[in-house]
Amino acid sequence: MSGAEWQLVGFSLRMALASLLLILPVGLALAWWLARKDWHGKALVETLVSLPLVLPPVVTGLVLLQLFGRRGPVGSWLHHTFNYDVVFTWRAVVLALATMSLPLFVRAVRTAIEEVDIKFEQLARTLGAGEWRVFFTITLPLAKRGVLAGTLLAFARALGEFGATIMVAGNIPGRTTTLPVAIYQAVENGEDAHAWKLAGVSAVIAFAAVFISEKLQRRK
Amino acid sequence: MKAIRHIVVTIILMLAATVSQAAQVTVFAAASLTDSLKQIAADYEKTSGDKIVFNFAASGTLSRQIEAGTPADIFFAADETKADALEKKGLLVSGTRKSVLGNSLVIVTPTDLAMIHSPADLTNAAIQHLAIGEVKTVPCGTYAKAYLEKLQLWPAIENKVVPCESVRAVLAAVESGNVDAGFVYKTDAAISKKVKVAYEVPAADAPKISYPLALLKDAPQPDAAKKFITYLDSDAATAVFRKFGFIVLSSPPTK
Repeated sequence: MSGAEWQLVGFSLRMALASLLLILPVGLALAWWLARKDWHGKALVETLVSLPLVLPPVVTGLVLLQLFGRRGPVGSWLHHTFNYDVVFTWRAVVLALATMSLPLFVRAVRTAIEEVDIKFEQLARTLGAGEWRVFFTITLPLAKRGVLAGTLLAFARALGEFGATIMVAGNIPGRTTTLPVAIYQAVENGEDAHAWKLAGVSAVIAFAAVFISEKLQRRK
Repeated sequence: MKAIRHIVVTIILMLAATVSQAAQVTVFAAASLTDSLKQIAADYEKTSGDKIVFNFAASGTLSRQIEAGTPADIFFAADETKADALEKKGLLVSGTRKSVLGNSLVIVTPTDLAMIHSPADLTNAAIQHLAIGEVKTVPCGTYAKAYLEKLQLWPAIENKVVPCESVRAVLAAVESGNVDAGFVYKTDAAISKKVKVAYEVPAADAPKISYPLALLKDAPQPDAAKKFITYLDSDAATAVFRKFGFIVLSSPPTK
């Protein structure tokens, strides 16, 4: 493995981890909200959150591109107010990865929270615990395995993301190119050996992620 | 049952009839040829009865697909080196290769951005993203890089480059305003109302842009393909190429 290849792997891992940082607070809140509350229009939110899972990734990418492009509603505001560009930068990579892996995380965590016996939460409340305390000392610890599994799933999905990433972040070597995009480019360039090497690295990381998640799930 | 059998037989006969009459010629062509070739093919289909099917992409992508054995009859690239690679591997029918078109390189910007008047302006800090074709697979990107290297501007610009998968992807990136400028062919700039030509690279400064055309060795329809290749030299076809702004090279097949 050359220096550039290590750099690529490091960059892809960093981007996937950064997307997890974005997913964790948003995903936990959403999952809890969906698992524990009933409100008007809940089905709509459920569907919207799951949409990136079933839409072609390039469509999700297209929507992000429209929103965050320099002429998009969010993008033009960021550009003119802060001179802050999203499209074709690493921020777009994180955005794409987070959007694509959020549904997996929310699904896993929501199920885990739903499996937590609500009596424990009620008991804590009768003892005077506030909602935050109930969540962090009762719900989250009891749903721990589901949260870990969801995190690993989201991480693996983020590492493999291609369609949305290439739409919003492009393929700028050293700045936005992630492992899957680099593999695609290597094949395009006729550098098959390079492509296989990167494919091997991806397989090793994927194997490690699944292996760890299996171990975590077995251990009670 | 009998009626169904009749229908099935009729359909099979009809299919067989269409297959035997009209050949389907598959042309793998550079993305920059999209509009002109589509028009030429539409004219050709009216008179010949053969059908022309296109696969438009970056020339490097196409040559990879041909190497991998994708069935195609004609290779029409935007870069001689892409044809060289296939010729070396024995995938072109020798003697059929010729250089047919020329083009020129332009710098385009979104219509509302008016700060580029020369290639040196690209080094300006306000220019954050410059779209060019991926330098290995997209000829337009290869040419743009060679040009910027010749001007010794490449090191200063390299980290602003957003590589795109075809010259049309460069055009789209500029149209969207997500990049500040891009290198495309003059012919691409001409079909878009959403970009402005900020600078046209003089032919003397640019690398020689030449479009090679050849019949492929494993062509499924070699005879029909040869007919279409001949038609591409006709006055009707060259008039279309000229209309779109291509330079029609009068004296092939010197390479």
